[in-house]
Amino acid sequence: MSSVATLQEVDVHAGHDAHHEHHHHETFISKYVFSQDHKMIAKQFLITGMIWAIIGGLFSVIFRLQLGYPEQSFPFLEDFLGHWAKGGKLQPEFYYALVTMHGTILVFFVLTAGLSGTFANFLIPLQIGARDMASPLLNMLSYWFFFLASVIMFSSLFVQTGPASGGWTIYPPLSALGDASSGSKIGMDLWLVSMAMFIVSSLLGGLNYITTILNMRTKGMSMTRMPLTIWALFFTAVLGVLSFPVLLSGAILLLLDRNLGTSFFLSDIYVAGKVLPNEGGSAILFQHLFWFLGHPEVYIILLPAMGMSSEILSVNSRKPIFGYMAMVASLFAIAILAFLVWAHHMFVTGLNPFLGAFFVLLTLLIAVPSAIKVFNWLTTLWRGNIRFTPAMLFAIGFVSLFISGGLTGIFLGNSALDLHLHDTYFVVAHFHIVMGVASFFGMFAGVYHWFPKMFGRFLNNTMGYIHFWVTIIGAYLIFWPMHYEGLAGMPRRYYDFSNWESFKMFGGLNEFISFISLLVFAVQLLFVFNFFYSVFKGRKVTTQNPWGSNTLEWTTPINPGHGNWPGEIPEVYRGAYDYAKDGKEFTPQNVPVGEDETSGH
Amino acid sequence: MNTVVMKQKDKIHPHKFTLWVALGSIVMMFAGLTSAYIVKRNQANWLTFDIPNLFWYSTIAIVLSSILLYLAGNAFKNREMAKYRLLVTATTVLGVLFLAFQVLGFKQLWNMGNTLQSTVSYSFLYVIVGLHAAHVIGGVIALIVLFSKAFNTKIKSYSNISVDLVSTYWHFVGALWIYLLIFLLMIK
Repeated sequence: MSSVATLQEVDVHAGHDAHHEHHHHETFISKYVFSQDHKMIAKQFLITGMIWAIIGGLFSVIFRLQLGYPEQSFPFLEDFLGHWAKGGKLQPEFYYALVTMHGTILVFFVLTAGLSGTFANFLIPLQIGARDMASPLLNMLSYWFFFLASVIMFSSLFVQTGPASGGWTIYPPLSALGDASSGSKIGMDLWLVSMAMFIVSSLLGGLNYITTILNMRTKGMSMTRMPLTIWALFFTAVLGVLSFPVLLSGAILLLLDRNLGTSFFLSDIYVAGKVLPNEGGSAILFQHLFWFLGHPEVYIILLPAMGMSSEILSVNSRKPIFGYMAMVASLFAIAILAFLVWAHHMFVTGLNPFLGAFFVLLTLLIAVPSAIKVFNWLTTLWRGNIRFTPAMLFAIGFVSLFISGGLTGIFLGNSALDLHLHDTYFVVAHFHIVMGVASFFGMFAGVYHWFPKMFGRFLNNTMGYIHFWVTIIGAYLIFWPMHYEGLAGMPRRYYDFSNWESFKMFGGLNEFISFISLLVFAVQLLFVFNFFYSVFKGRKVTTQNPWGSNTLEWTTPINPGHGNWPGEIPEVYRGAYDYAKDGKEFTPQNVPVGEDETSGH
Repeated sequence: MNTVVMKQKDKIHPHKFTLWVALGSIVMMFAGLTSAYIVKRNQANWLTFDIPNLFWYSTIAIVLSSILLYLAGNAFKNREMAKYRLLVTATTVLGVLFLAFQVLGFKQLWNMGNTLQSTVSYSFLYVIVGLHAAHVIGGVIALIVLFSKAFNTKIKSYSNISVDLVSTYWHFVGALWIYLLIFLLMIK
């Protein structure tokens, strides 16, 4: 069962070679630590991502305590935060650090590395019929650069002046001047260095994903027969490879401004009454560089969730995905538009309103492919023979959140409305629902669905159902009221609203939101428990294809070794969505087209 | 089975393809920097600057090295190993020479008082040319690997993959330098 092909052979002759039976010694180190097997690397990404998710989630719980109960003190906070929570009250500086790190961790470390790192690694070779990635070595390096980035970011939590606290968007001058705040000191440098490592990791991963998808598909797997997961992961990788370098150049310029006295982003600045020598820079320039990555980044997070939900919705509706080509085309349209809308984050920077009008138009255009996708997901469900597995529920939850979060995007995309809504809780509500929670739902759906393939065991269903229902109801209870707060003008990032006459009325609501967020966080811990419990003690998978799915990963043994298929790689004869066709419940991709079948594969 | 093997041969090698995607990624990085440069240049306080003369020598060095590496690739395909060794050595030397000229050019600038911090225009010049040089260093390291492989008699490698990979990358950094030079000359 655990036959192993040597990697060089795998990556050079990836095609229809018979499986070379080279048994070489696998030590603990080479199997679990410096593994070059894409499945193990996927698990490494997933577990590292989960650890980050717990840390990032915990941060939000701590700052929600401050927002919900601004008058109260929590002595236990002092026990583990020390001087950052003197007398049980969160210090304002640390509140900003928590908000910043919550954003950084969840956007980059969890929903980029944890999500596409896990599923691109796991699913690409398995679903396109390849033994491993184009370059298993680069793939391993991709994880270890992520690990290095993680170590640096984690260590920044413990420096004396605290981690970066200028917001996850690290706008200068707050991020460029060490004297600007306590979080602008060494914590900010560590943030930048960590992100540079992170970008290297994403690029190495992305290069591999693109090459593997374009070059290493098995015989018969034409591009239009690929499952939608692969299409989504492909566009995700393209977005990453083209947009992360621009952030890297921005980060390099920022590092020079911080440490070598250049003035790319700085001009005419007074700190504590003293004039700084920096002249000629432009802080807005940084915003352009940042959002040129930052907007595609939103889709880097969202597209994998879309792809996995498409797959899971189709499998568990026992119906072909509605409008396969329209799904691919809309992913493509979203990927193109992702590069053309960055300035909608900058409507209030004094952007020329004429230019702004173009960005409004392009931003609203995204509604078209998004609506196509939503329509197709709903029509896939329509009159389907739906199996409500936890994965399916999370995929449906994803669609629900994508709709409700997407609709508020139409408000924010209007520059006239954005002038009022910018930097309010309306924005917080919008992006948490459409990007944060929705992508988390896609990720959960993926974990529940492919857990049996990853570990040869099932996750516990009862815990899965509790996890789903508390999370979806909780997410709406947390973020729905924030729209009203935002419409009333309540700004984001503020430490304490109880001093503001205009926002006092939200005191009770904030307390409610904080209480619910505690509950939702607790349920995520239940999921973590379920995950690790099931890895060791879960119900064993007994059949090769437990979900009755068409894609190739279910043609591998229950616990596939390195190289994935013990014999030859299966050949593909049809698309991935032949469900309920010609009187058969499902017909896997590796089944040849029979005489009795109607055309159209 | 035979047809499959034939088909595999027509396909681009995955490592080569990976390199092409990586080059696209590097292009985006410089596109980000040069467009930031254009944005800055259109602001009121922009000061024009001169490119050090030594950069012309380095241009000659990198163009020449590209030509020699091309010939080296041909020699390798024809199994003219002596010629190949000579050409790879010459290319590596020229690559190092390019870097030396860049460093000396910067030194010249610096001594004239045009330091990294002096004006934003010079800051950009240093960063853009410096980051390009960092990519050339990567190329020179790859050339050195190729060079030591060429003279290692123990390893008999007749696969042209690594030769092709290194030359693609080296032509790329050469072309990138020509682009940057024209860019900096045209838009001062």
